[in-house]
Amino acid sequence: MAESPLGIWSVPLAMLAGAIRVSTPFIFVSVGECLTERSGRINLGLEGTLVMGAMSAYGVALGTEWPWLGVLVAAGVGLLLGALHAGICQLPRVNDIATGIGLMLFATGLAFFLGKPFIQPKAPNLGAIELGWWSSIPQVRQALQVNWLFVLGIALAFALAWALRNTRWGLIVRLAGENIDAALAMGVSVGRVRLIATSIGGAFAGIGGAFLSLYYPGSWNEGLSSGQGLMAVALVIFARWDPVRCLWASLLFGAAGALSPALQSIGVTQGYYLFSAAPYVLTLALMVATCSPERSLRGAPGELGAVK
Amino acid sequence: MSDNLRIGRRGLLGAAAGTAAFGLSGLALAQKPLVVGFIYVGPRDDYGYNQAHAEAAAVLKKMAGLKVVEEEKVPETVAVEKSMESMINLDGATLLFPTSFGYFDPHMLKEAAKNSKIQFRHCGGLWQEGKHPKNTGSYFGYIDECQYLNGMAAGSVSKSGKLGFVAAKPIPQVLRNINAFTMGAHSVNPKISTQVIFTGDWSMPVKEAEATNSMIAQGVDVVTCHVDSPKVVIETAERAGIFTCGYHCNQAKLAPKGYLTGAEWNWEKVYTSFVDSMKKGEAPGNFVRGGLKEGFVKTSAYGPAVPAEARAKAEAVKQQMLGGSYVIFKGPLKDNKGNSVIAAGTSHAQTDPVLESMNYLVEGVVGSTS
Repeated sequence: MAESPLGIWSVPLAMLAGAIRVSTPFIFVSVGECLTERSGRINLGLEGTLVMGAMSAYGVALGTEWPWLGVLVAAGVGLLLGALHAGICQLPRVNDIATGIGLMLFATGLAFFLGKPFIQPKAPNLGAIELGWWSSIPQVRQALQVNWLFVLGIALAFALAWALRNTRWGLIVRLAGENIDAALAMGVSVGRVRLIATSIGGAFAGIGGAFLSLYYPGSWNEGLSSGQGLMAVALVIFARWDPVRCLWASLLFGAAGALSPALQSIGVTQGYYLFSAAPYVLTLALMVATCSPERSLRGAPGELGAVK
Repeated sequence: MSDNLRIGRRGLLGAAAGTAAFGLSGLALAQKPLVVGFIYVGPRDDYGYNQAHAEAAAVLKKMAGLKVVEEEKVPETVAVEKSMESMINLDGATLLFPTSFGYFDPHMLKEAAKNSKIQFRHCGGLWQEGKHPKNTGSYFGYIDECQYLNGMAAGSVSKSGKLGFVAAKPIPQVLRNINAFTMGAHSVNPKISTQVIFTGDWSMPVKEAEATNSMIAQGVDVVTCHVDSPKVVIETAERAGIFTCGYHCNQAKLAPKGYLTGAEWNWEKVYTSFVDSMKKGEAPGNFVRGGLKEGFVKTSAYGPAVPAEARAKAEAVKQQMLGGSYVIFKGPLKDNKGNSVIAAGTSHAQTDPVLESMNYLVEGVVGSTS
């Protein structure tokens, strides 16, 4: 609107705010999935893990009045679901993509079933840290309200990138993902590595779910995730299996998602359906731009079923 | 042994005669419970649209000689036709309520043509005599009356003069609510504007939160919505310390500080009257409408933030609505592009079907229908 002191600048500001608010679940799921895929396994069930994490975090926060305990429980539930996926995939002749889809449907259904009594009541929220104290503009202050989980997500992305590159543990994960024969020759138990990597990936997704139900939008209902977990898995491919690039991709996605409401709120109201499609158009465009006619994508782990 | 047999045979004969007698008098039909089917697009307990219907269905469940079957989360696709068919063929339902907007055309109309003995009543559709089958019909409440009162409360507490409206899709009922809300606000403060954000679908929690936040960033200080579950919008607004008006159900519990008032459904009234006419062996009405006067809709109690003066003003208008004498949509009325949509001197009473194909946003609304 014309009388707003920021004018057209409020759009990029709103997109920044949106990136900060919306991106956290994407960061957690994609960083977790990045670790899982680097170990040579795909977990498509993270959408279900996300929903299950959201539900259990909300339930625990409601029962105990401790939202952070809810986050912890969500991580535990994610860990178990990840371990279940890894366990099933270790059986002979099991396809990890089919298992992932099965677990996604299972976990979503279970969360809806168990979550029925939590739709109505109101659970305590995870608080925000005000990083905008230095500014007198309310929009800036609002944009810079940050949750600790967002900070944790960023830290995890960088930590994982460093660990994969520089530690022995990271080397083993990469080895399991790149070449089973080499890993076996080194005496590495590929199954155990993947079990741990998939479980941790699941735990991350659970935390992402806790963010959805306990901070933003901050309540439990059945439409809460609406495919964010699946999109985050796609982000990993687009980010070429690099945790730090997963972080940027998630932020970009959050910003693109905020485009439509931000434009409508300053009075650009024509064609909002088109703007609402922005994140998906962006995904498609980037996928087309980064695809390769060669055998597999650059950076793809060699043992990953989907890219073989 | 033989005695028993004889008595048994006699009893059997008696029972057969009795059944025949009942059959002749038509009482056998009355003994079979009336089966009523409800179909919801979302979960039954969404603090919103579906819950309003499910609460009324729960009242029906307590009635004698009545069986209620429900199915939730049925998408507005062929899936609803399958749900209707299974309710008819497996549960023996003879009265169906597909409650979501998108169920009407073509899904319900198709099923109605196939099952001419089953009664279908749709919530919100525009049933037309001659155009649509006799065994179908539609019912709806003039909830825009409550939205007008919401607007009056919102207009009197807003300091920035900017109101926000989070809407799902630009369909006539939604536009009518946005317009009534804005006109209510204009009646207390003509300078007010209403910012509309369309999220694109009935249940998009993250988008709804995002829409609310971006409006707050633009200085909006009262927000209301027309989405299936207002919970996210109301909670986000309460957290940011701004005011809210509820929709569908009473959300006062979610926003103890900022809740002004709300527009609520009272479907119980409609459904019990439908069931009563079915029990009498009559077909329920084909085109059933009602507002505050008929008890189809109601308003939430005022929150602490609404000053006494504003309450009195809104109550005065409400009394006129309850008397059936208040007209919201009357000329001269312009849309937000400056075109005249209702000429001076023309007034559309609530029952006017013209209002049910509304395709404009009135002056003072910032937003567009496409």
